[in-house]
Parts: sequence; structure tokens; C-alpha cells
Amino acid sequence: MKTLKIEELSKNFGSTEVLRKINLEIDEGNFLVLLGPSGCGKSTLLNIIAGLETINEGNVHIDDYNVSKVEPKDRNIAMVFQSYALYPSMNVRENMIFGLKQAKVSKEKIEEQLEKVSKFLQVDALLERKPSQLSGGQRQRVAIGRALVREPRIFLFDEPLSNLDAKLRVEMRREIKKLHQQLKTTVVYVTHDQTEAMSLGTNIAIMNHGVIQQNDTPENIYNKPSNTFVADFIGSPSMNLIKGNLKESSNKVSFITNGSNIEIPINGYDFKEKSDLDNKEVFFGIRPEHIFFKKSNEEDFEINLRADLSEYIGHEQIMTFNFKNQEVLAKFPSTVKIDLSKNTKLFFDLTQISLFDAKTEERI
Amino acid sequence: MQDKSHSSYKQLEQKSKYTNMFLRWFLYFVLVIFALYFIFPLYVMIVTSLKTMEEIRQGTLLTWPSGLNFDSWLVAWGGRGYGAGDTFLKPYFWNSIKMVVPAVFFSTFIGAMAGYVLTKWRFKGDKWVFLFLLFGCFIPYQAILLPMARTLGVLGISNSVIGLVLVHTVYGIPFTTLFFRNFYVSIPSELVKAARIDGAGFFKIFFKILLPVSTPIIVVTIIWQFTQIWNDFLFGSTFSFGEAAPIQVALNNMVLSSTSVKEYNVDMASAIIAGIPTLIVYVLAGKYFIRGLTSGAVKG
Ligand SMILES: Nc1ncnc2c1ncn2[C@@H]1O[C@H](COP(=O)(O)OP(=O)(O)OP(=O)(O)O)[C@@H](O)[C@H]1O
Ligand SMILES: [Mg+2]
Repeated sequence: MKTLKIEELSKNFGSTEVLRKINLEIDEGNFLVLLGPSGCGKSTLLNIIAGLETINEGNVHIDDYNVSKVEPKDRNIAMVFQSYALYPSMNVRENMIFGLKQAKVSKEKIEEQLEKVSKFLQVDALLERKPSQLSGGQRQRVAIGRALVREPRIFLFDEPLSNLDAKLRVEMRREIKKLHQQLKTTVVYVTHDQTEAMSLGTNIAIMNHGVIQQNDTPENIYNKPSNTFVADFIGSPSMNLIKGNLKESSNKVSFITNGSNIEIPINGYDFKEKSDLDNKEVFFGIRPEHIFFKKSNEEDFEINLRADLSEYIGHEQIMTFNFKNQEVLAKFPSTVKIDLSKNTKLFFDLTQISLFDAKTEERI
Repeated sequence: MQDKSHSSYKQLEQKSKYTNMFLRWFLYFVLVIFALYFIFPLYVMIVTSLKTMEEIRQGTLLTWPSGLNFDSWLVAWGGRGYGAGDTFLKPYFWNSIKMVVPAVFFSTFIGAMAGYVLTKWRFKGDKWVFLFLLFGCFIPYQAILLPMARTLGVLGISNSVIGLVLVHTVYGIPFTTLFFRNFYVSIPSELVKAARIDGAGFFKIFFKILLPVSTPIIVVTIIWQFTQIWNDFLFGSTFSFGEAAPIQVALNNMVLSSTSVKEYNVDMASAIIAGIPTLIVYVLAGKYFIRGLTSGAVKG
């Protein structure tokens, strides 16, 4: 049984297509993060799961029941919003129990739930305050509390941390993670922050222009991006995508960038389909953190590149190298000294590379 | 720092100080002139209403009255006590109250509802509805006189306070809707979404969540509607006469129809009485009025 299942879901506002043929499944207790750039349809998808938006095509199932026509309040979900959406005229207590009162839960049960949740989230001292008398972090806690008291099957979060400052965001992120570990409730969490996505999700679905690009574990998203969009979106700085061609001769495959004679051997690469490789136009993808300044591994590929630019960011530095007029970024500890405008010996970790078809931009 | 630039900074500082001082005094001067200009008629009205006819004939507009003499106010409010032809404001004042209270209430309430629907329960064609309502703001009073007279006739409520309540409510809805719509667009829709998930329905969300935060705009609307309706003369004089007339119409009749000598002191007292309720509303709610007009978002 899947806690949440979305089938062939499409949505448009008038003539603008916002979601296209979305398919998603979440197992009980999983933490799914919807990650994507602004305007790609994440909130719309979340609102559809909550029943706040209508569907043009497709279905939403919760616990194998088609809820496409079920009211939001009857879907057994709770949602936390970016602007917290606390009712301004009610104090914290009234905010938290509003839903239970609507559902005509008995007074004793309401009090019991309120006490449990407010203790758990450490807002029990704030119960009589109005939302305007709370700090951002406290508002966020109350908003989560309002969702918790309902004991829903699924939690929906829409960028709950994006209004907080950097430090508080990291703290709240940890708290949400702890919360999920303790409660083990299924979560769908929207964000456009990749660190948040990586650290929270058991699964990440990357979206762009209303289409899911890849739905996978954080490790696979990072190590085996399924297309150049995902490769580029995840990681900071993002993956180097070097344009060039493949060469296949006597069962040996190598990569040659345009206008160069350096052959990078890629025999160890795990091709999806090992045919028709010779002369194929591809992007050679390698992350800045997989380029080293000294050999750490027997298979590392040695290459000489000219250093053009150095960006110091405290604990590390980002170096830009020139590889036949294509920029290659690498990340080194800031203690390493590298001269600009000189050729530097670098080592590519070839076990960590990705290859993409230059035309379809899909992983090969 | 070079000495040269230092001294030139000093000069500039001096210069801007004098310019600022001059501008400031000039500003005060202009403000005082305007204040006098606006207060002058009110002064004349109050002073005149406290004089006897004798004093009015002998003195000028500006001369101070000999004492506090409220006789003309009593006459304006309650009449002289003899029968026919004696018009005084008291009954018409209550007519106006009976008209203005329900009309303000209904137009504000309907406007709030409409603004709520137009912003938080979007439906197909809502833009058109809003456009037509906006259009309603630009329809001149005169244009609706005939159709309205006919409507009131058909409903059987012409020449009655109820008829006037209806007229003012209907004519006010475009304005009140506009006010509330513009206020509610600044309130995050996520509030409504959260309430829907919590299981609140259409009316519950309106009464429990939106209305409690609407005080500033309610005050603005009430002041606006109260002033409009209380001061209206055209609708009042067209759709009512005699007993059912509101105060502005009665005031007009009183001032124009006196056959004998013009009693300026009574006229002035009547005019002030007719204006007092709006003044009271402004004084009581004016603070909110400014706040409501300037406050855009009520977040949190
Ligand atoms: N009610 C609406 N009417 C018309 N277009 C809409 C509506 N709501 C959203 N859209 C459009 O749908 C697209 C997706 O919006 P959505 O809010 O889902 O994006 P998002 O991924 O949540 O972005 P963000 O990260 O900025 O919150 C956007 O292009 C937006 O302009
Ligand atoms: Mg969004």
C-alpha cells in the first residue's frame, strides 16, 4: 500500500500548462522532497495533493483511495505554509485547536492533544500570545504544531523555512528531521534549497517546467543525475559539463574534447546501453569536488590545465581552469597554493563522472 | 583630508542650513494661510449662530457675539412651537439616522462579502464582475434617478425611509466592494487555504478569520459611506418629500422657504446641526481612517 500515489497528473491555469503527466509514489513513513527552481509548479502540486486546487487530468490516491474529489479537510493531511498562515486574530492556543474544534473533537481530547504537542514543540509557554507577538522561529513552531495536533497521515510543507534567517533555518531543519525520525509520518516537502532537500529527504523529486526530471534517493540524485538539468541544478558550484565526443576502438572507450588530442579513458563507466558509442557527441560531467590537486587514487586521470581565476570562500577555494576554452571548476582546500595563468597538474576521479548525450541531454 | 575641501564643506553646510531654514518658514507660512482659509467659514457660521438678529444687522460678519446665546439653535432643532409652516430639524434628523444606519451597515457588509469572494474564492469571470462593479463607481448620481424611481415605485417603497436605504445601499456597493477587495488582496491567501484544511467553510472563514482583521478597512468604509449618505441631497430630494425627507432636504426647505425675514442665525445653527454627525464620526474614527488608508499589508 502506498501512502500517496499520483497518476498522470496534469494541471493548467487557462492556457499555461503548469504540471505535465506527473507520476509519484511515496511509501509509508518516507520523506519526499519536491525540489526545483521558482515557478516550476511545486506549490501547485502540493496544493493539489491537499485538495486546494482542482485537477485537469489524472488522479491522487491516499492510502489507495482516490481522493481527487474529496474535500481538503477529509483527506487526512495537514499543511505548513511559507508565510506560516497563522490566524492573526487568534492566539496560539486557538490557532492550534481550530481544526480539532471544526472536526468536533471532544474537549478532553483537544486539551490532551494541545498539551502533548505544545510541550513537544516547546510552545507551551506561548499559548496565550497572538501570532504578531512571536518571533519567526516561534511562528514556525506554532504552524508545525497546528499541523501536528491533527495527527494526519501526510504532512505537507511548502517552503516552511524560507522566511527564516540562515542560522535559524539550519536549526529548524534539524528539528524537522528529528520530528520526522520520531513520528515517522509520511512527509511531502517543497523547497528550492538543495541543501535542505539533501539533508531532509529520503527521496527527492526534481522538477522543472512542470515535469519531474528525476525521482530518486539523495545519493543517486547527486552521483547519478539522470539528465543535464539535474546535474546542473544539484551541487554548488554545479557539475562541470565538458562538451566533446566519444571514441570507441577495440573495446576501449575514451572521451576527447573538441580541438584537443587528450583522450580521457572511460572504460570503467557504467553505460546504460553500451552500443553505438563511437563519435557520439556528449557532455562529460565531473563535479568540482572530484578534481584533485594530487593523486589520491591509482585510476585518477592526470591532466594539465591553466588556472584562470581563484575564488576564496573561507574553508575552501573555487578555482577556474581553462580546458580548450571550456571552463572547468574545481574545489580545493584554501591552504593549497595555486599560481594563476600557469599550467597546473590536476587529477580527475574517473569513478565519479557522468556522461550525457549532447542532443537529448539524458544520461547515457 | 585637505584643508581646502574642509572649508568648502563648511560653506556648503552653512548654505544648506539657511536654505532649509527658509524653506521651513515658508512652509509654515503657507500652511497657516491655508488653515485660516479653511477655518474662516466655520468661524463665521458659529459666530453668527450665537448672535441675535439685532447683532447680525448691526455688526460685521467677523464681530464677536455679545454672549453665548443658544436661542437660534433651539429654534433650529425644535421649532418655535406654533403650528403650520414651522419647519425644524428634529424629525428629519431622526429620518436621516434611520436611513444612514441601516444603509451604512448593509452596504459595508455586502461590500465586505463581495470583496472576500472576489479575492479568496476566485471563479470564472470574476474579473468581469469586478470590472462592472468598478464601472458602477463611475456612474453619476443623475444617471440612475429615473430607473431608481421606477424600481422604488414597483417595489412600493417610494417616498419612504426604506426606499432611501435601498437606494444608498445599492449605490454604495461598488465603492465598498472596491475598498474591501483592495484590502483583502493584501491578506495572504494561505490563510484561507489553512482554514480550509482545518475544515472551516465559506462563512466561518469570513467571520472568524478575515473579518476580525478588517477593522481598518471597515472604519474607512463606514466613514466614507456615512459621509456620502448623510450629506446626500439629490437622492433625498428626488425620492422623498414631506415627512420622509432626510435632514439635508429639510435644511434646504427651511433655508429657502422662509417667507419672512432671513434668519441667518437659525440658518447657521441648522447647517451646523446637519453637519455635526459627520464630524463626530470623523473625530471618533479618524485615527483609523488615516491608518486604514495607508496600511497596505497586515501580515502575520
Ligand atoms: N492561480 C494561478 N493562476 C495562473 N497561474 C498560476 C496560478 N498559480 C500559479 N500559477 C503559475 O503556475 C506556475 C507554477 O506556480 P507554483 O506556485 O506552483 O510555483 P513554485 O514551484 O511553487 O514556485 P516558487 O518556488 O516560487 O514558490 C507559475 O508559473 C505561476 O505563475
Ligand atoms: Mg511555491
